[in-house]
Amino acid sequence: MSSALIIEQVLNGIQLGVTLFLMAAGLTLIFGVMGLINLAHGSLYMVGAFACAVVAAATGSFWLGLAASLAAAAAAGAVMEILVIRRLYARDHLDQVLATFALILIFSEATRWLFGSFPLYLNIPSALSGAVHLPGGAQYSLYRLAIIGVGIVVAAGLYLLISHTRLGMRIRAGESDREMIGALGVDIRTLYTIVFALGAALAGLAGALVGAQQSVQVGMGEPVLILAFVVIVIGGIGSIKGALIGAVLVGVVDTLGRFLLPVLLEVFLPPSQAASIGAAVASMLIYIVMALILAVRPQGLFAANA
Amino acid sequence: MKAVLGAGLVALSVAVAGSVHAEPVKIGMITTLSGGGAGLGVDVRDAFMLAIKQSGNEEIEVVIEDDGQKPELAVQIADKMIQSDKVDLMTGIIWSNLAMAVVPSVTGQDVIYLSPNAGPSALAGANCNPNYFNVAYQNDNFHEAVGAYAKAQGFKKMFIMAPNYPAGKDSLTGFKRYYDAELAGEVYTKLGQTDYAAEIAQIRSSGADGLFFFLPGGMGIAFMKQFAQSGVDLPVMGPGFSFSQDVLGAIGDAAVGAKNSSQWSKDLDNEANKKFVETFQSEYGRLPSLYAAQGYDTANLVLSAIEKASVKDKEAFRAALKEADFDSVRGKFKFNTNNHPIQDIYMREVIKEGDVLTNKIVDTAFTDHQDAYAAECKM
Repeated sequence: MSSALIIEQVLNGIQLGVTLFLMAAGLTLIFGVMGLINLAHGSLYMVGAFACAVVAAATGSFWLGLAASLAAAAAAGAVMEILVIRRLYARDHLDQVLATFALILIFSEATRWLFGSFPLYLNIPSALSGAVHLPGGAQYSLYRLAIIGVGIVVAAGLYLLISHTRLGMRIRAGESDREMIGALGVDIRTLYTIVFALGAALAGLAGALVGAQQSVQVGMGEPVLILAFVVIVIGGIGSIKGALIGAVLVGVVDTLGRFLLPVLLEVFLPPSQAASIGAAVASMLIYIVMALILAVRPQGLFAANA
Repeated sequence: MKAVLGAGLVALSVAVAGSVHAEPVKIGMITTLSGGGAGLGVDVRDAFMLAIKQSGNEEIEVVIEDDGQKPELAVQIADKMIQSDKVDLMTGIIWSNLAMAVVPSVTGQDVIYLSPNAGPSALAGANCNPNYFNVAYQNDNFHEAVGAYAKAQGFKKMFIMAPNYPAGKDSLTGFKRYYDAELAGEVYTKLGQTDYAAEIAQIRSSGADGLFFFLPGGMGIAFMKQFAQSGVDLPVMGPGFSFSQDVLGAIGDAAVGAKNSSQWSKDLDNEANKKFVETFQSEYGRLPSLYAAQGYDTANLVLSAIEKASVKDKEAFRAALKEADFDSVRGKFKFNTNNHPIQDIYMREVIKEGDVLTNKIVDTAFTDHQDAYAAECKM
């Protein structure tokens, strides 16, 4: 096993983590500030991917598509908040889960109705295609490196937004005491809509970035949503820092597990069995990690309201 | 001469009477029309309905229901179709796990089922059934064909990959049944996985001289796009599902040059196929996939049996189906003892025709290939 392979796999883990972070950041903000479980976050991811694919196909520019994905997801998020989500804040979590699950079905079937059942074509921009040589002899996809870059920029931007702006101050205040900031005269309805649209835009961005290297199709958001929930539970609900560290942890554990477990098992099992048992255990690995972390720190690594 | 003419007239009038008084036939179709796998079901349905429409037979009623790719839902629909719709025949299921949930109970109630896609090994061997006809393939066939092709082409170190679920395991088993050289690696991925960075890194470092993968639907699209970006330059091959017309558009140019196995291709040179490709394209505005070809053949097989026997006479109708006396778009088609096809399997290559990606045949992997389970079938 060469060092180039290990470097490549660690980068793969970080890249997966960064895409999960884009999803988890919005989810954790929405949960932290509004106390709302939004299962339909994966639908916003899908909206972003479809918007990017449609605009990129119409204009020939991936970058316009990317801008469209942010706009479409933010708009869909804002509309969703105003029409449906707003009525759910005072309800219990079961009602929220049921209503947002209904939204998943509505979004999926509406998308199928508009764009058909066949996956759409979206390719990565030519400026970012191909692989680059890294020090240590490793070769790595330029696009994946760019995703890591986007993730770092978004993380830094969110940090500045939350800790150094007036909006960030209100978001933090909303996390610690919802009633109080309402009583102090902050327009909490608008604040909620802005936070929801911001989270939606990040999900849309993730959908567009990932859609370009995977497939743009109905139902693409739900598998990612599950991982994003694991991330925010590990990181601590409401904490952006927790989401970032949780996401990279999940990404690296998942990638290295998939790659190293079958190799380890091969020491004492025949290759065919090692491959199949290793794959089965690797797919459980992040949940095992989550269980261990929750056993030690039930509130997650960096809970916002701890 | 008079006698001959008379006999001819009698035969003609019987034939005319036969079509004028065609009895009503009710066909139940359970297929996947929503969710991520809907493209396959839509193609089967559209091609099936196209063949029925072309036949001009107005006595055939097709009841279509969406299973959402959920086995429990498919079972409920099947019960409803048999008990309240009183269908004569059933067809439509795309996925093997759904077929396993539905088919044994349908055939057990003495309803004939024709599979337009799924061909799980469990229904081909010891558990074969006279009421079950598979018009598509047995699941292992396409993978066996690629294995035989890789061996014939002199590949020495293949890297093979499939999702960790029954059809994935059957796939790699089928491949290895005909490919007995060394493997550079054998990897099972998670079902539904969409990020293949870790697997691509392993392929890169494995020193393989070729890659075989079976990743149906969105999984294959995601993998091919990422593989093309990784800088790994290996010949790629897989079963026809991974490079079928329904997914090629979404993979894009990354698919060009990939070899894949199928019992049907758009460029197969026979009259039935030409008519099928042309009419499908003008009716629906897209090229047919192999699922569409299977749906079309299934409908034409049913139509051929309706000409010969009454659907109420199960014994005679089964015999009429078994004769497979229809113009298959595959050119030739016949049933083995286990009611699974004996057919040629081709290797196709993904090419670009103008702006459209499609497949063309480059080689024949098997002639008159039958599945590995037929001998275990006692019926």
